[in-house]
Order: sequence, then structure tokens, then C-alpha cells
Amino acid sequence: MMTFADLVQSLYAFAMAWGIPYVVFALVVMAIQVGAVIGYISVAAMFLIWWERKISAHIQVRFGPMRVGGWHGWAQSIADGLKLLLKEDIIPRGADRVVFVLAPMVVFAASLAAYVTIPWAPGLIVRDLNIGILYMVSISSLTVVGIIMAGWSSNNKYSVLGAMRSAAQAVSYEVPMVVALLGPVMLAGSMRMGALVEAQAQGAWLGILPGWFVFPQILAFLIYFICALAECNRLPFDIPEAESELVAGFHVEYSGMRFAIFFLAEYANMFTVSAIATTMFLGGWHGPWITLPGLSPGLSQGLFGLAWFQVKCYFLIFVMMWLRWTLARLRVDQLMDFSWKVLLPLSFANLVITGWVLVAGTQILLMVLGVLFVVALAVGLAGRARGRAATGTARG
Amino acid sequence: MSEMSAPLPVGTTVMMERTGESMEEMYVNMGPQHPSTHGVLRLMLKLDGEYITDCVPYVGYLHRCHEKIGENRSYTQIIPYTDRLDYLASMSMNFGYVMSVERLMGLKVPERAEYMRVILAELQRIASHLLWLGTFGLDLGNFTIFIYCFREREMILDLFEAVSGQRLNYSFYRIGGMAMDFPETWVEDCRRFLEWFRPRLPEYDALLTDNILFQKRVQGVGVLPARTAVEYAASGPMLRGSGLRWDLRRNDPYSIYDRFEFDVPVYDSCDVWARYLVRRQEMAQSARIVEQALAQLPAGEIQAKVPKTIKPPAGQLYARSESPRGELGFYLISDGSPKPYRYKVRSPAFVNLSVLPEMLKGCLVADCVAVLGSVDIVLGEIDR
Repeated sequence: MMTFADLVQSLYAFAMAWGIPYVVFALVVMAIQVGAVIGYISVAAMFLIWWERKISAHIQVRFGPMRVGGWHGWAQSIADGLKLLLKEDIIPRGADRVVFVLAPMVVFAASLAAYVTIPWAPGLIVRDLNIGILYMVSISSLTVVGIIMAGWSSNNKYSVLGAMRSAAQAVSYEVPMVVALLGPVMLAGSMRMGALVEAQAQGAWLGILPGWFVFPQILAFLIYFICALAECNRLPFDIPEAESELVAGFHVEYSGMRFAIFFLAEYANMFTVSAIATTMFLGGWHGPWITLPGLSPGLSQGLFGLAWFQVKCYFLIFVMMWLRWTLARLRVDQLMDFSWKVLLPLSFANLVITGWVLVAGTQILLMVLGVLFVVALAVGLAGRARGRAATGTARG
Repeated sequence: MSEMSAPLPVGTTVMMERTGESMEEMYVNMGPQHPSTHGVLRLMLKLDGEYITDCVPYVGYLHRCHEKIGENRSYTQIIPYTDRLDYLASMSMNFGYVMSVERLMGLKVPERAEYMRVILAELQRIASHLLWLGTFGLDLGNFTIFIYCFREREMILDLFEAVSGQRLNYSFYRIGGMAMDFPETWVEDCRRFLEWFRPRLPEYDALLTDNILFQKRVQGVGVLPARTAVEYAASGPMLRGSGLRWDLRRNDPYSIYDRFEFDVPVYDSCDVWARYLVRRQEMAQSARIVEQALAQLPAGEIQAKVPKTIKPPAGQLYARSESPRGELGFYLISDGSPKPYRYKVRSPAFVNLSVLPEMLKGCLVADCVAVLGSVDIVLGEIDR
């Protein structure tokens, strides 16, 4: 079966036949990989920005961008990007220049580095590290360092507040996030991204559902997704940049291209966390596929895998956007409460139950427990909200 | 960092004297250019971490000598100036002013004009509350409600445009009546709007009222006990959100408000949530009043006989009405000349804003925008 890895191997053999030394070949491959990732991030971020504007517009009975480029304003992001590129580069007088300039680079580098272990398709992964998921979680949390640098170096009270909030938020939400991710890792028995995806290929829950970890690990999936929202500073957890309170939080003093890089990194991060969720819970690139005419089965599975992976990622991103345009923002103390008092105990409970079930060997039980819990939670929350709404008394 | 040597922002010293000086705390200038101060309000905040220990609101950035100008204009010429007081409720401002002059003159307004006034003022109340609801949602991070509210407000503005030709500053009320009659199909259009509007309120509930995240943000925040509210002379939804049943349309009926059936929503949790619910319910009640007024709308004159030059007899008078923000009062002293000797506006938002520091103490910065939003300020009226 031919996969993308085999393709690289055959290219390597081809290069060897021509007498090109391995070092040169490896460097060229690396350059192509980095170029591809940066290219992908830029295009995806531009698409996501346009897409978010369209989604928000349609949620809000508007059209969104309609003019630039002709068809539904598809070129709006490109125009905006060009505009930001041409803007004057402003560094405030009181700012710490070195840190101020470095901050967007740190943020962008961190979100770029996380793309190394994203398993796009069978064999198509920059480096299938044996600590894949650990690497991804830890490298993407480096963005917080950049945010603190940005907030502190701007010498602006609002950005300092935003940066402090961001640090507190990141510390609080990474703990339950990592603990939640341990569930699938235990089920798969590996932290390698490739192995995690492979582990979801076999088996079928209840005989009909695919063998994805989201079914036995629904609680972990929800915890992870909530933490991912916080990680990306998306509503309802966007308090580091809360527009109505802190104006723009940590990047209030940034403009032009430096601001654009923050913006780009935010959307790149959204894709990263969705890619993690897809890999860990939604079966990665697995999905139905057929052999395309004129292609080998391995290659067509690869192409289908690539498409499936994208579809799942963009679905999760869509949910994130949907939430953003529906919910209100939490307050900073409520955010902390929620993480430490609700998410963390739940994620530990999930860990313990998963371990117990793995020892007992009945994974169906886990799934039933998870579903029951989520249903109870949803009913409870809805009932509580209704109850509270009815507490006031209108007297005439 | 050059922070130490920089001159202290205005207002810092006031707070230093009031609550002591300490290097642990941070002074933050919120506004006049801040997306959540709804115009050009400036708040000087003293923060301990994210907690607010003191607050001093600074007003006056929009001051334009409204009252002094009034002393140099004839009574009719003042009407367009009242539009610019609370520019989100110009109809209510007009209403309050012309009523005070009419009382000073002892003028009787024709029936149809009274009904028109009530219909327009109540529609204006809905429009004003809609704008408040939208921007309040925006303050709490919900952008969608803002667009929804503006969609409905737009329809009311269309109705107003059909009547007066204006969308914001109508100057439509006249001393002794109205400028023009309703256009031909206006009453049907207005009914159609009400039909559209009623089912929208549950939509807002689904988006905000029943949302637990929203409730968490507003409950128990910005508590204003009834006693404090009365001591500061707060009025309107601020007072009704503190559990006091006080609505001038009911307690001191003016115009023809005693002819309509409507409830005065009162909530006694004294927090932002209560004030939110009061305004939310008032929209439904205003729609009820408009519906009844449309059904009873009599035919006839819309303008009483008034002299060309209005010269009220010498005397003084305070007339108050319930604007969307609370008790709107006009105090007039006439010396028998065509211009008022003294013209004073009691602005509800100004009085309500003065309670803000009381409500903010111990709140978080994030609560600050929620509490400020719940006061529903309009700087045009505060600064005059």
C-alpha cells in the first residue's frame, strides 16, 4: 500500500540514484515542509477570517463582506492583509522596543511549531514524534509567553491587565486540558499522533458508530473543547482581549503588520486545537474512502484522509465561531472557578474511570456513563437557567 | 518605564484624598475614548488587581450650555434643542418640554394630539430600550443581540421617519399639539410593527435572559439598595430595579396615561439583573400601551389655538415625565416675556450616574462595564 511516506521514500531513492547526498535531500524536504506549513497557515487563516465574518453575518441577519473579489467578497481578507502590510509601523514611545518587537514573533513561532505533529493524512506528517501530543500541547502554550511580553512591553495599563488575565487563564485551563487528553492516550496506549489515529481505525462502538475516541471519552472531549476555547481566547473565554472592558487587551498598542501577526496566530491556534481534537477524539483522517480512478489505493486513501481531516477540523472551528456569536463573556473570577472547581475534578474523574474501565475491559460502560453524564449536565443547566429567569416578580 | 515621572491624570488626587494613597494600587483612566463608556464619559478607577476600590466619574465633555441657550430662545425655538438632550429618546424629550410650557400657559391639548404623543413616546421608549439592550449585550461580549435589537429599532425609526421626516432628532411635538398628523397608512404600519415585535422578545430571552453565562455576569453585581437609590434620587428603571414601585405614568399621571392598562415591572434583587429585567418587561408594556392607544385613537384636531408669539404668564413651574431613563423634569421661570427667564433640565441619566461609585465599589473591572451599562446613560443629556 502506497502512502505519502512511501512517496517521500521513493523520492529519496530517486535522489540517491542521481547521487544527491542525504543531507541536501533532507534540507530540501524540510524547507518544503516549512514552506507548506507557513503557506497553509496563511491561506487557512485568511480563509478563516473571511469565513468567520460570513458566519457571524449570517447569524446576525447580515451579509458580511460582499464586494471585494466579486463572489461573496472572497478577497476581503487579502485586501485587509495588504492594507495592514502597508500601514505605518508604530511603536509607542514608552514601550520596551526589543520585547515589543519580539512578542508577535514568539506568538507566531509557537503556533507555527505546533503544526509539526499534525497528522494530515496517512504518513503525511512533518515529524511523527513519539511524544507527539505532549509536544503539541506544550509548544502551543508558549503563545502565552508572547502575550505576556506584548502586554508588558506596551507600557499600557489595559494591556498589562490583559496579559495578566491571559497568564492566569492559560495556567488554569491547561491543567484540565492535559488531564482530559490523557483519556485517549490511555485508550491508545501511545502519545504518538500516528498511533493515536491508528488506534481509532478498528472497532465500532455498539456495532454502528466508528471507533473514534469521542464516544467512550465524550466527557474528556467536552472538557478539552472548552479548554481549547480558553486556550485560543475565544468567547466566552476571550477576557484577555475583552473588547468592551480592556479595549483590545494585550495587543491594544499594536498596529499594522504586528497586529496582523497576532491575528494570524489566533486563527492558526484555532486550527491547531481543532486538529488536536480531531486527532485525539474524532478519528483523525479516518472516514469512508474509495479508490480513485488512476490512483493507487494507498494514495487515494491518503487524499480522502486529507479531506476528512480538514472537514472535521473545520467543523470544530465552525462550532467555535458559532459559540462566539451566541454567548456572552465570562468574568475573570468565574473563569477561574469554572476551571479549578468544575473542569479539573471532572477531568480527574474521567481519568480514574477510564483507568478502571481499561482494567475491567468493558469500554461500552464508559460510553454509557459519559452519555448519561452529558445529558444530565445539559438538562440541569437548562433547568437552572429557566429557574433563575423566573425568580423576579413583576407586579402591576 | 517613565510612569513615575509622568504627571498624574486628573482625578487621581481626588481618590488619593478619599481612600488613601498606596503604590499597590493602579489608577486607570477609563474613557472618554473607550468602547463601553457610551459616548464621552470618563471614569477614573482605582484598581487593586482587578478589583475596583474607588471610582470618580467625570462629565462635561459634551457640555454645550443647553440651559443658557434656552434663556435666549423663544419657547418654540427651544424644542429642537431638547431633541439633543437625550438623542436616543428625542420624542420623550419633546414631550416633557412641551408639556411643561403648556402647563405654564394652562393650555388644553386636543385629544388626538394627546394620543399621538403617547403613541410616539411609547414607541420611543421601546426604541431606546432596544438600543440599551443591544449595547448592554455588547458590553458583556454578546455581539449578536446588538444586531437583532438594531433590526427592530430600525423599524421604529422608519415609522418615525414616516411621521416626521427625521430619524433621530424629530422636533415633532409643538406647544399645544403636534406638527403634523399621521400619514395615511401609518396606523396600519405601526400595528404591523407591533405584530412583528412581540415574538421578538422571547428571541432576546433565548439569547440572553435564559443564558446561564449571561445570568452569572449580571446577578448580584452592582447592588443598589432601595435606600441608597432614594437618597441619590435615582429614578426610572434604576429605582424599579431596586424594588420600588415608582413610575410617573402611574404615580403622577400626565397626559392621558391614566386611560391605559399597563403593568409597572418591579424587581427587588437590586442588581444589574433586576434592572435588565425591568427594561426587558417595559418593552412589552410599552407595546401594550401603543396597541391600546392605536385602538382608541380619535379623529379631530391636532393643534390647539396658540398665539403666534408664546408668552406664558409670569410664574414658575416644574413638570416631570417618565422618560426611558427616569424622571425627566423641566423647571421654567417665566417673566411674561417670549423667552424663559430660567430654564432648567432635571436629567435622569445624570442623577442615575451619580450612584455609580456606590455600586462599583468592590466590583471587578469586567463588572464595571456591566454596571455602567445598567445605568443606561446618554451623555447628551448628562452634559447638556
